[in-house]
Amino acid sequence: SRPTVFIQRDYSSGTICKFQTKFPAELESRVDKQQFEETIQTLNNLYAEAEKLGGKSYLEGCLACLTAYTIFLCMETHYEKVLKKIARYIKDQNEKIYAPRGLLLTDPIERGLRVVEITIFEDRSIGSGR
Amino acid sequence: MKNCEYQQIDPQTLPTPTPTPPVHQGSNNHKREEPKRPRRKWQVFPGKNRFYCDGRIIVARQSGVLPLTLGLILVTSGLFFIFDCPFLVKHLTSCIPVIGGILFVFVVITLLQTSFSDPGILPRATPDEAADIEKQIDNTGNTSYRPPPRTKEVLINQQVVKLKYCFTCKMFRPPRTSHCSLCDNCVERFDHHCPWVGNCVGKRNYRFFYTFIVSLSFLTAFIFGCVTTHLALRAQDGKGLVFALQESPGSAVELVICFFSVWSILGLSGFHTYLVASNLTTNEDIKGSWSGKSGEDVTNPYSYNNIFINCCSVLCGPLPPSLIDRRGFLPTDESAQTGGMDIELPALAAKSEINVCTQGTKGLLESATLSPLLSTSCPQGKPQAAQTCPDNSSKVNSDPSPELSTSCGARHTVSSTGNTSSPHHCKTHSKKSKQVALHIHNPAFDVPVTPTSLDTGPSSKAEGHKGATFTTLH
Repeated sequence: SRPTVFIQRDYSSGTICKFQTKFPAELESRVDKQQFEETIQTLNNLYAEAEKLGGKSYLEGCLACLTAYTIFLCMETHYEKVLKKIARYIKDQNEKIYAPRGLLLTDPIERGLRVVEITIFEDRSIGSGR
Repeated sequence: MKNCEYQQIDPQTLPTPTPTPPVHQGSNNHKREEPKRPRRKWQVFPGKNRFYCDGRIIVARQSGVLPLTLGLILVTSGLFFIFDCPFLVKHLTSCIPVIGGILFVFVVITLLQTSFSDPGILPRATPDEAADIEKQIDNTGNTSYRPPPRTKEVLINQQVVKLKYCFTCKMFRPPRTSHCSLCDNCVERFDHHCPWVGNCVGKRNYRFFYTFIVSLSFLTAFIFGCVTTHLALRAQDGKGLVFALQESPGSAVELVICFFSVWSILGLSGFHTYLVASNLTTNEDIKGSWSGKSGEDVTNPYSYNNIFINCCSVLCGPLPPSLIDRRGFLPTDESAQTGGMDIELPALAAKSEINVCTQGTKGLLESATLSPLLSTSCPQGKPQAAQTCPDNSSKVNSDPSPELSTSCGARHTVSSTGNTSSPHHCKTHSKKSKQVALHIHNPAFDVPVTPTSLDTGPSSKAEGHKGATFTTLH
């Protein structure tokens, strides 16, 4: 199967979802280091937004408790809304930055939020096709 | 930059995966006449869970004593409404059945939610991930037959936390995650495996569990109080208690059940309130992870050091989605039938854009690199692309259906008195069952682990290994 790079989770801030921003060596020839770090940092910020404790999430939690949590059956939670945002962001990044360089980011939710999987597609010069 | 030609692919110009694939698929499906029904992920779920309602409901393999719990609640409440309410409504107030009804509904709903929802199961690592991790571990240049140590150390809030490697799930467990041997899953923020609800209690269903035991305490105390009042009222004017019990036999049953359960349930509620206020799990409390028993100055790194914030974060924080996509379709059938692709795509598109988008782009890149003809690239590339990620778990719509979490470390064993709430009781039982559980759950099939490591694991009472430990270099 294709070579893949796995960006592991960074647990130094606790159990919140955060990925390491260290630039893997395998991608050095493929993509800009700053670009990569920006992508990961934005993802981290989005996950932090999903898990943020604040007035709004407390309100949602208390309301849910009063209804014996049955509202979770019909309502989309704040976390899910942010996950959709993350999915769109990853798709966007893939289209604009990574696919043109022969890379593909897999949404971490498909890997149980354990890793950001980056698949490296071999670069073959497809001369005649162009 | 190397001087190579990367194929600039503009995903926009290529056919995007839409819910009407038969046009593309049809021509290539002539080989597969009968498209078998696509399989959902719950059907190939590796843990010891059972699923109902096509993956909507997940329960542990053994439902424990959930039927007993439910039965006791229903019987006691039923007797209450039948025998005590009419009398009390007549003699006291009609609020009583209303309050009782509300509490009863709360108890049953939260019980079912605790039992039937995903406690926070972590899906197992894909083969690629596992191989990558193994490679990193083996970098210590280990040439002896002894397997390399499988722990990592992380600094969280100035506290050293050891992350252990899970042999079953082939990954380093996140902090506060534990592997339940009854359910054979790693569960995040693992609290305990509760046989009364027949499920593990973890990150996602802890609030349901807490609400359940608190409302059950109220319900039990309420029924107990009402029954006592009822019998006292009947027994007054010198009629005696025996007369009262004869008049209302159901109350006697309620009295017995409530009397024996109210103490343990109140105790359990009190214990868990303490845990919530200090942001601890039962697992951590029993193991004494942060109590400084070893003499070091350890504090709980996850606590906000504020009772109010701790309570809010545990009970009212955002509910994370289920990470195991139970009702998602498998990208490709194990028997390599792509006839199911026709039906799979609309379902995937309906479910979440993520799967489709990634698959789509992946398929495009695949076909682009494989064939020089861009124009023929179509979702045909999907099957091959999909094979590299058999474990697709994209669960965006959280179904709070019950999940069977597998039993993990701290396991309540049902004693003869039915009292599983006291921490000390749990302590002795859980340590023993933990050791037993560890023996059971560490498989050595495809992992190059020698028997020595399995022995040292349980005996050291923690799954840490002796020898050098990793510090994460970041």
